[in-house]
Amino acid sequence: MTEKEARFEYLIRLGDNALILGQRLGEWCGHAHQLESDIALTNIALDNVGQARNLLTEAGKVEGKGRSEDDLAFFRTENEFRNNLLTEQENGNFAQTITRQYLFDVFQFHLYSGLCSSTDDFLKGFAEKSVKEVTYHRKLSGDWMVRLGDGTEESHDKMQEALDILWPFTGELFEKTEADEILIASGAVPDLEEIKKIWIEETSAKIEEATLTIPDTMGYMARGSRDGHHTEYMGYILAEMQALPRSMPDATW
Amino acid sequence: MSDNTENDQGKLWEVFIQSKPGIPHKHAGSVHAHDAEMALAGARDVYTRRREGTSIWVVPSEMITATTEQDADSFFDPADDKAYRHPTFYTIPEGVKYL
Repeated sequence: MTEKEARFEYLIRLGDNALILGQRLGEWCGHAHQLESDIALTNIALDNVGQARNLLTEAGKVEGKGRSEDDLAFFRTENEFRNNLLTEQENGNFAQTITRQYLFDVFQFHLYSGLCSSTDDFLKGFAEKSVKEVTYHRKLSGDWMVRLGDGTEESHDKMQEALDILWPFTGELFEKTEADEILIASGAVPDLEEIKKIWIEETSAKIEEATLTIPDTMGYMARGSRDGHHTEYMGYILAEMQALPRSMPDATW
Repeated sequence: MSDNTENDQGKLWEVFIQSKPGIPHKHAGSVHAHDAEMALAGARDVYTRRREGTSIWVVPSEMITATTEQDADSFFDPADDKAYRHPTFYTIPEGVKYL
């Protein structure tokens, strides 16, 4: 694998995470339990879609085949996407959305913080701008974790159920590929093993504060996104997201 | 955590936004939240999406005491004919803003 291929894979991974999570959060628009949460979730969705646009545009440039952000977002198939399985999990109830968001926000925050000292100018600039957004996302989802986990009996039970469903999808956030090894060596990206240590420490403390328990998965963690294998939800997300540009490729505003 | 379980939207908070440093906070609207910190987050998300603010205050709506319509005659009408209370007899130095 060349350094160029490694950069493309990495940009696609970051971009797809932001895009698919943004798409998922966008589904909440008009459906949350109160106006404040509705707009909070869609703000986070827009932040992520904005990040995805930057990342996929850069990925297209790095690839050098003339593909735009839209080409990459709307004209790739499921197994060409590299977003983590966690980001594509269903919204479920509000507890499930908040738990997914929190687990991912802490990961994204520490990853972007690491990228702020990247030797890659694009990644450094991107991370410095985006980490401010993610700092807010992480605070908001963390605050909800504690308020719902340590809330009423009903909210606590729903949060625990959400954590039980989503925890097995957190393992592959930290899985490294050849692209990681190449980019770590040149100082372009942080080592996911280091991010994992900080992530475990921070999420464990918050989960305890929220009076919740990390489920015992007996060592099992789902995996697959690094090879383009996704869960059953992914096809439906893409169907909705890609239907318009695929049926009317030249449509403009 | 909340003492307000009968209303799952939380209590009402009044939101005040300062658009630039140094000038007064202005009432922007209200949000629902279960505590002050979440009220600040709600206010940030609802009222400062377009760079409207540099600072936010939230105040529980129940803590605000307001005049009533019945008070209007005695509170405000007596000021109607006291033009001498306006500082219109002074010249304002150049450079004084927001007066």
